[in-house]
Amino acid sequence: MSELDMNDKMNELLKKAEANASTKEEKSFVRPEDEEREVIAPDGSIIKVNPIYDYFSGEKPTVEEPSKGVVEKFLNWARAESIWVLGFGTGCGSIEIPPLMTPRFDAFRFGVQMRPTPRQSNAFIISGYLSVKTLKRVIRSYEQMPSPKYIIALGSCTINGGMYYDSYSTINRLDKYLPVDVYIAGCMPRPEALLAGFMKLKEIIKSGNGEGANIYAENFDEYKANQKKVIKDWNMPDYNW
Amino acid sequence: MKSLIERVGTKYNLKEVVQQRDNLVFAYVDKELAIDMVTYMRDYEGYAHFTLMSCVDWIEDGYFQLLYLLNNPETKTEFGIKVAIDRENAVMQSAHHLWEQIWTYQRELKEAFGIDFPGSPRVDEDFVVEGWDEMPHMRRDFDTNKYAEETYFMREGRKTHDPATYMREKLYPNQPVTAKKNKDEQ
Amino acid sequence: MSNKFFQPDRSKYPSTKGDGTLDVDLSSHKYTKIWLGPNHPGVTGNMAVEMTLGGDEIVEAKTHVGYLHRGFEKLIERRLFVQGFPTSIRMCVAEPDTNEYLIARSTEELSGLTGQVPEMAEWLRTLALEMARLQGLLRGVPGQAGTYSLGIGVQWGVYLRDLILDRFEELTGARVYHMYIIPGGVRGLLPSGFKKRMEDNLTDIDDFIVRIRKLIFHNSVFKARAVGSAVIPKEWINKFGIVGTNARASGVKRDVRKDNPYLKYSELDFDPPTATDGDIYSRTWVRWQELVQTVDLIRQIMAKMPEKGDIKGDMPNVLHWKIPKGETYVKLESGRGEYGMYYVTDGSSKPRRVNLRGPSYTHAIAVLEKMLINTNIADVHATMVSLQTCPPEIER
Repeated sequence: MSELDMNDKMNELLKKAEANASTKEEKSFVRPEDEEREVIAPDGSIIKVNPIYDYFSGEKPTVEEPSKGVVEKFLNWARAESIWVLGFGTGCGSIEIPPLMTPRFDAFRFGVQMRPTPRQSNAFIISGYLSVKTLKRVIRSYEQMPSPKYIIALGSCTINGGMYYDSYSTINRLDKYLPVDVYIAGCMPRPEALLAGFMKLKEIIKSGNGEGANIYAENFDEYKANQKKVIKDWNMPDYNW
Repeated sequence: MKSLIERVGTKYNLKEVVQQRDNLVFAYVDKELAIDMVTYMRDYEGYAHFTLMSCVDWIEDGYFQLLYLLNNPETKTEFGIKVAIDRENAVMQSAHHLWEQIWTYQRELKEAFGIDFPGSPRVDEDFVVEGWDEMPHMRRDFDTNKYAEETYFMREGRKTHDPATYMREKLYPNQPVTAKKNKDEQ
Repeated sequence: MSNKFFQPDRSKYPSTKGDGTLDVDLSSHKYTKIWLGPNHPGVTGNMAVEMTLGGDEIVEAKTHVGYLHRGFEKLIERRLFVQGFPTSIRMCVAEPDTNEYLIARSTEELSGLTGQVPEMAEWLRTLALEMARLQGLLRGVPGQAGTYSLGIGVQWGVYLRDLILDRFEELTGARVYHMYIIPGGVRGLLPSGFKKRMEDNLTDIDDFIVRIRKLIFHNSVFKARAVGSAVIPKEWINKFGIVGTNARASGVKRDVRKDNPYLKYSELDFDPPTATDGDIYSRTWVRWQELVQTVDLIRQIMAKMPEKGDIKGDMPNVLHWKIPKGETYVKLESGRGEYGMYYVTDGSSKPRRVNLRGPSYTHAIAVLEKMLINTNIADVHATMVSLQTCPPEIER
């Protein structure tokens, strides 16, 4: 079909659409692969699956009591000296991560390194503004991280929205959705500020206050309610490790 | 550029032709002739590079202004073809078969302004926002500040100042408000 | 679209249905659907590619963007012209100065101040834009080698980029978001001794350019994987609207600095580099040559610019600044290609509509989706980086 004929075809479609513009379809938020369905197994038997509830855990996280005395002190020292950061650049602050990890600022000497998967990391740098679409992925990644886990919130936009305070797409206060351990203010914070943030996080962990995962477990219902308020297409399980 | 405007202007009945720069022209064309004109410009006038498709919401006049911005790589000039479409019944003929990237623009405009392009591939899929159930977010009557206040949590103590009043209060606290107006204010 | 080690056999792979779409049935266990990103260390920024695989060959790819959407275009409509300025420069973090210049130029043009920018300010703007291009290329060129696990170049490049950011800090006071090019001029003159320190850094970069050439282009792994991989044929340039280095690597010389000269580029001596093959190797080669050229351009600018001069034109009071009704499209050549802005005003003190046109809008969606088909999954990351994908300019 030549492009001029296509022009005519599109014109016809346009006329049709103009004629019945009033009828509008309802939007479904569940992706086709997440829908409840029947699957044929390799041996020929038919299995009913509901991917959201079958493939993941729906159980609530529980509070893990810290150990006592010297043991906890030793564990905290070990945790503080090996901060493994999840390599998920959620916002524009991630442009300062390469300078941080390369010889000039060299965060490796403080025991900080980037890991590719949430299951190997215990710190999450939220690098700047979080759009609702990313918040959904951040929650999912955060819940997969083994506890104890820490969140470093980078930039003014995680504190109060910064210059995106009136945006329909970005959240304003990160601490309403996830427990934050350290805020690093600025737009954008320098690598030195990030290093200072890591030192602060170490102090917090060593003093035994880095209990973000337990705070999250204790106030789980509240956090979930806040998260569900902004993520309108909640097509994932309530909790998944 | 002048001869081109004369040539195309009579052929497609262009209105409100504005030559913004030596190498940039904007003109309105009727909705029915728009895609034909885009095709003509591409095939016969050398405007082979599609630069941008955009939309402006003129809410007070009740129409969306679509823009097809074409670039001629030979003469290094740009031609903006504007189309006014009704705001209430916002549908436009799809042009996705002319250039390969146009369906992306049409998908974005469908989401951001609610303009439908029947026949365009994947036009109903989400583009930038996910699970959006409000009015299309780039329309002028969508109040983003109100939506953000209702949906997200504002931190207490955050202040917003109107720069003009704030500067007057800080810099000239004793001057009455009805002071002599700045000469640039018209 | 495939390199010499990977020759896909399309005879057994999905047949097309009557309407031209692929007949991919996920429940047949022949195909797998996996997501690359957004949480993936190899993805360029925060975006995702949804891929349907047959074996490790991609049969269908879809780009998903919007993870960085902040609604800039809506926010700017709510702000005064001067307030929109610090907001808008955050639209793209890789080269923020390009946004500064576009906003400054479009507001100047629409309020009739085009001729009033002093000569010295024009030179300083050119310098800032070239420095921005240089810092972008210092990430981009070694980053391409980094996609083939050649990480050492990245370590060198990021360090040298930091030196350029230091010069930016000296010039503007900020490291990443400078807000230096403001409507009517620029914010400051060169500090004393700037040229000498810049020259020292450029000498270091000269050394780096030689080393990175040996490291990348004389490397057998890089050659084996990049030559003939992810080819952009010449016919695609107009069909897809490909611009910048990606077009130049396919043999189409398209450079806004030459085509529609702005600022002081008509007074500078340069010729945009081109290549003919259009594969990843050519694109990296063009970018390497551009790195050489940018260093040369910065030297030319520093030699040709006057020592002193006005840096700010006669501007209206920005708090009561109203621009008459009008519209314009301005563009410049960023490190990734033609970067433009459609700016509409309606006579009030706020803009009516601002639309940014980033080169990634076409490169990362239409081109990438087409190009990934038939490639090996290991080449996806290299393809994305070679197209210079920058997600924030797609979704704003």
